[in-house]
Amino acid sequence: MSAVALTGYAAQTAPQRDPAWFGRVALAGAALVILWPLLVATEFKPWLMWEPRSLAVTLNFLVGFFPPAHSPEFLWEVAQATWRTLAIATAGLTLGLVLAVPATLLSTRVLSISALSGRMARGPFWLRQALRWALIGLRSVPELVWALVFVRVVGLGPTAGVLAIALTYGGMLGKVYSEILESGESHACETLLRNGSSRLQAFGYGLLPQNAAELTSYTIYRWECAIRSSVVLGFVGAGGLGQQLDGAMKMFNGGEVLTLLLVFVGLVAVADRISAGLRRALG
Amino acid sequence: MIPQLEAANVPYKLPPPLFNARCKACWFTLATLLFVVASFWSLDLQWAQFLSLPAMHSMAKFVGEFFPPDTSPAFLRQVAIGAWETLAMSTLGTLLAVIAGLVLALPASRLHADDNAWARAPTRLLLNALRAVPELVWAGLLLIAAGLGPFAGTLALAVHTSGVLGRLFAEAMENAPPGPAAALRVQGAGRLRTCLYATLPQILPQLLSYTLYRWENNIRAASVLGVVGAGGLGQLLAFHMGLFHMGKTATILGGMLVLVGLVDAFSYGARRWLTR
Repeated sequence: MSAVALTGYAAQTAPQRDPAWFGRVALAGAALVILWPLLVATEFKPWLMWEPRSLAVTLNFLVGFFPPAHSPEFLWEVAQATWRTLAIATAGLTLGLVLAVPATLLSTRVLSISALSGRMARGPFWLRQALRWALIGLRSVPELVWALVFVRVVGLGPTAGVLAIALTYGGMLGKVYSEILESGESHACETLLRNGSSRLQAFGYGLLPQNAAELTSYTIYRWECAIRSSVVLGFVGAGGLGQQLDGAMKMFNGGEVLTLLLVFVGLVAVADRISAGLRRALG
Repeated sequence: MIPQLEAANVPYKLPPPLFNARCKACWFTLATLLFVVASFWSLDLQWAQFLSLPAMHSMAKFVGEFFPPDTSPAFLRQVAIGAWETLAMSTLGTLLAVIAGLVLALPASRLHADDNAWARAPTRLLLNALRAVPELVWAGLLLIAAGLGPFAGTLALAVHTSGVLGRLFAEAMENAPPGPAAALRVQGAGRLRTCLYATLPQILPQLLSYTLYRWENNIRAASVLGVVGAGGLGQLLAFHMGLFHMGKTATILGGMLVLVGLVDAFSYGARRWLTR
């Protein structure tokens, strides 16, 4: 009786082994074969890190992290560098907005008057398309490359960093702004245009009110990204935390590296918190 | 009784004043403006130097030097190898990050209401720290341990991206429909099995889409990581730019744009196909 009950019970429970194990293992094996050239190309040799010689260098560097540098002069320098990083990000983003807002107004399809009667006329269509490509071009050159170019022209200093952020973020913001404007409800804007309002009026009273929260929240998010970029730009000589960090790493000064990293993580966390709070407030 | 008459038009009202001491948004806008002004004021931006005639001239000359780009077969081969290295770095870095992200996402998520999730806060702190440090800084740090070359770059991408993906994955896991996981849990399946056989299959398309998005980002990042000596196109770029080989620099920049464009197009298509 009990044996019958047991076998009956066993038949109902799920098999202990994964029924699809063969497929999964085969897939993993195939993935490894495909991965092989990648491993070769990236010189993927993690065991080299555990060789006594390189391990000693690493450990030496890590031991140097403690204690973190905390002399008043250094902390004052770090505070100045932090402000500089923030200022470069903010100034760059502001200039980026100066670039992005007109580009958005010019390239948004919803604001086309000729498109109200079916298809957009050829001239405006190509103007919009050309602007769009220009924005994509600006955006796809990494800001570090822009900075390298501008460092050649204006020399070391924050100007190169600000310009690099302005160009990349101008392209990014312009593209995303017009995408946001076009993805929303266009009825109000269209009605305004049909009844003879100008494009700016249609934008101000038809498009902006319903998209303002999303536009602002995206801008705040990009400000947060700009802070990260501005640290990276310091590595090519734009000043701020990145430059300090670069210097400290080149001198193998672990204590300073740790302090700078901590400051940096804190800065990003604060920006993250502010940005998340604001975006929640905007709804 | 006289019926209450309603005006046909809403009575004329003045618009709200531009600044109101009780309006938080006003204060916030004011603070933002002040912050922007202070930023411009505190940076000694050399507009004069940038916008002056000689600077314009030197800029034009500088841009002119980019042409003609170097298209000799030998150099194109070198650029192709650099591009392949960049592609490999970004792909492998993203794959490693997916694995690390999944491993970290499990302790970083509260999977059901009774879950005490004691590891959630510390894991999230770790993920935030990984995410906060940019790839380039990680590359600079890892160069010391892994040596010059693409391996350090791959690891740097993997470390930063696992912070990003770990957080996104954890959020996806927490937001997954709880039914199937609950069904397995009441049968006595453990945390890992519940996750593998109930939660993960449900959120797989979302995870893939996040991964593709990060891969797109990583190819951009990988192309510049070389500037600190971590391999790929960036290393070629930094080298030739340092020697003022402007024709070669132009070719490398073109290669970067083509690579990023191709990956973008592929990833866009794949994501469209996934969310179809």
